Amino acid sequence: MSTVVLLTMTGLGLGALYFLIASGLSLIFGLMDVLNFAHGALLSVGAYGTWWAASGNLPGAGPGGWGFVLAVLFGTAVGTLAAVVLELAVVRPLYTRPREQVLATVGVGLAVPALLSGVWGPDARTFPGPEALSGTFGLLGADVPVDRLVLIAAALVVLVALRLFLGRTRHGLVVRAGVEDRAMVTALGIDVRKAFTLVFAIGGCAAALGGALGGLYFGSVDPRQGTSLLIFAFVVVVTGGMGSVTGAAVAAVVIGLVQQFANYYTAAGLGDLAVVVLLAVLLLVRPRGLTGRLA
Amino acid sequence: MSTATRTPGRTDGAPAAAAAPAPGAMTRLLRRWPAAALVLLVVAPYSTLPLPGLLDGPVGSPGSLQLLATCLMFGALATGYDLLLGRTGLLSFGHALYFAAGSYATNMFLLEAGLPFAAAAVLGLCSGTVLALVLGSVSLRVTGIGFSMVTLAFAQAGSILVSRNPGGRTGGEEGRAAPADALPSWLVGIDHTANLYWIALAYLVLTLVVVRWAVRSPTGRVWEGIRENERRVEVLGLKPYGFKLTAFVLAGALAAVGGLVHLLLTGGSTPQTTTSDFTLSLLVMVVLGGSGTRWGPMIGGILYTWADHRLGDLAGSGAVAGLPAVLRVPLSQPLFLLGVLFVAVVHLLPGGLARLPSRLRRPREENR
Repeated sequence: MSTVVLLTMTGLGLGALYFLIASGLSLIFGLMDVLNFAHGALLSVGAYGTWWAASGNLPGAGPGGWGFVLAVLFGTAVGTLAAVVLELAVVRPLYTRPREQVLATVGVGLAVPALLSGVWGPDARTFPGPEALSGTFGLLGADVPVDRLVLIAAALVVLVALRLFLGRTRHGLVVRAGVEDRAMVTALGIDVRKAFTLVFAIGGCAAALGGALGGLYFGSVDPRQGTSLLIFAFVVVVTGGMGSVTGAAVAAVVIGLVQQFANYYTAAGLGDLAVVVLLAVLLLVRPRGLTGRLA
Repeated sequence: MSTATRTPGRTDGAPAAAAAPAPGAMTRLLRRWPAAALVLLVVAPYSTLPLPGLLDGPVGSPGSLQLLATCLMFGALATGYDLLLGRTGLLSFGHALYFAAGSYATNMFLLEAGLPFAAAAVLGLCSGTVLALVLGSVSLRVTGIGFSMVTLAFAQAGSILVSRNPGGRTGGEEGRAAPADALPSWLVGIDHTANLYWIALAYLVLTLVVVRWAVRSPTGRVWEGIRENERRVEVLGLKPYGFKLTAFVLAGALAAVGGLVHLLLTGGSTPQTTTSDFTLSLLVMVVLGGSGTRWGPMIGGILYTWADHRLGDLAGSGAVAGLPAVLRVPLSQPLFLLGVLFVAVVHLLPGGLARLPSRLRRPREENR
């Protein structure tokens, strides 16, 4: 029983991490038809920003207490800024060429991890997490690491915030309408390009937060982390139905749990394969994903 | 916008004749450059011409031939990959899988089953093709970018499988060397590099011929239609799925042959060929050279591979080590240079190198 609880919590934590990447990815994809290959790089930027700040490079920030909160805020802010720069400098000039927008983000996705590895070395760096989050707590007889709970809470906050933003604000309305029918929104005289920058900023913010908390989850940061997580985030986006935030949340939970349980009960590494098999089966049964949205 | 480069057979004569007052023997000779280039490439191993800066030793030395053969192989692989991207409009991120399948399957049939090389090669090719058929038929159920994501996921699964080393068969991170005694003796050893070079050249010619033949066939026209507007093809009463699957399987089979050539060329299977970075580098080659053009992907593949080897040397050279950190750190990362180059090509050179001459020519003609 305790194993099942632990696996569930770990799977949910992983799912939360996937959701933080996939939500932005899904929105960017739904709105702009851009598969943002640089999204994993944004996660890495957030992770390294937090690590850099928490290692004592930023005054006031540190591995413990409010210092760590400040470090996470700093990493998230850097990631958000990087996303805005990415949209303005790389993606926007190719506005009329969606295919080439994808290609340009591939270039950024190659360059940024290489740069990180050039500056801080290719090896993993130990992530300085706060004492308060390194312990465990008892849940139904299992000792669950606290950081899992932090990830799940962060993902829930992001999910609720995104739903409120999309459902209750004017900007959110434009974004939702843009996801449904970009041409119509443009025809109504609304500048969808502003919504693009906004969505990139939101996506970058969530991904960078994912990077900061991912450092906590894995206990280390390395330049390739973002890219390897990105691939599972792609699976989540396809499984959830493209452009749907709620779909991404459901799919992230399913994928995280399947991966953890399969990794534990079969050979290690088979969990990663099980996720892909799950995707293949889903596509055979429902090509439009869980929520029935089509690319 | 691009009919001139895509269907040279149809439009070659007229505009050229209009631009040049007398289409003399020179023009006709220039149009035969592929044959001339092929002859040059075939006799290259006999050459002792040094190309300082371009190659480390004379053209015919084993080191240079090895690099040239790798360049030709990637030129061919990129040409086959463009069958999907440039001809059918399918952005696959999992092409590495079929390349690696050709290499690993052949190697395993040699090592585990002890089959003779020819039989292992045929079975390896079949394995790559069948894999492309199975996974292609699943991933083509989603369209557009969703297809890209699914192909990536499958390729990632393959990559994980290879690096986990199931039953000690793939060799994990180390890869697995091909058994030298099981290969024909004329394919093994540094003395026979020229033979490997010719095999790579043959693979390039085969790919160019197959792609050209396929693109000009009725199926190829439907591919073009799917690339331009898939809905319109459907309205015409054709089912795009089958045509896309044909392109996917054909490209997968060509990639599997490439894996076979790579196995011979490097003497083994390496897990690097299964990674998503490998497919992304194919994508860079195609876009650099010019997607959807006849020679572009080949040029891109050759240039990229050559630059990749040379950049590695540059990154480790003394000149870079002496630079201040702001310049040294990015310059010492080949992938950083590559990524930046890629973004630059997409922004500044739409259509790639293959479209460059026509882009340069156009402003001049407008000035007349």
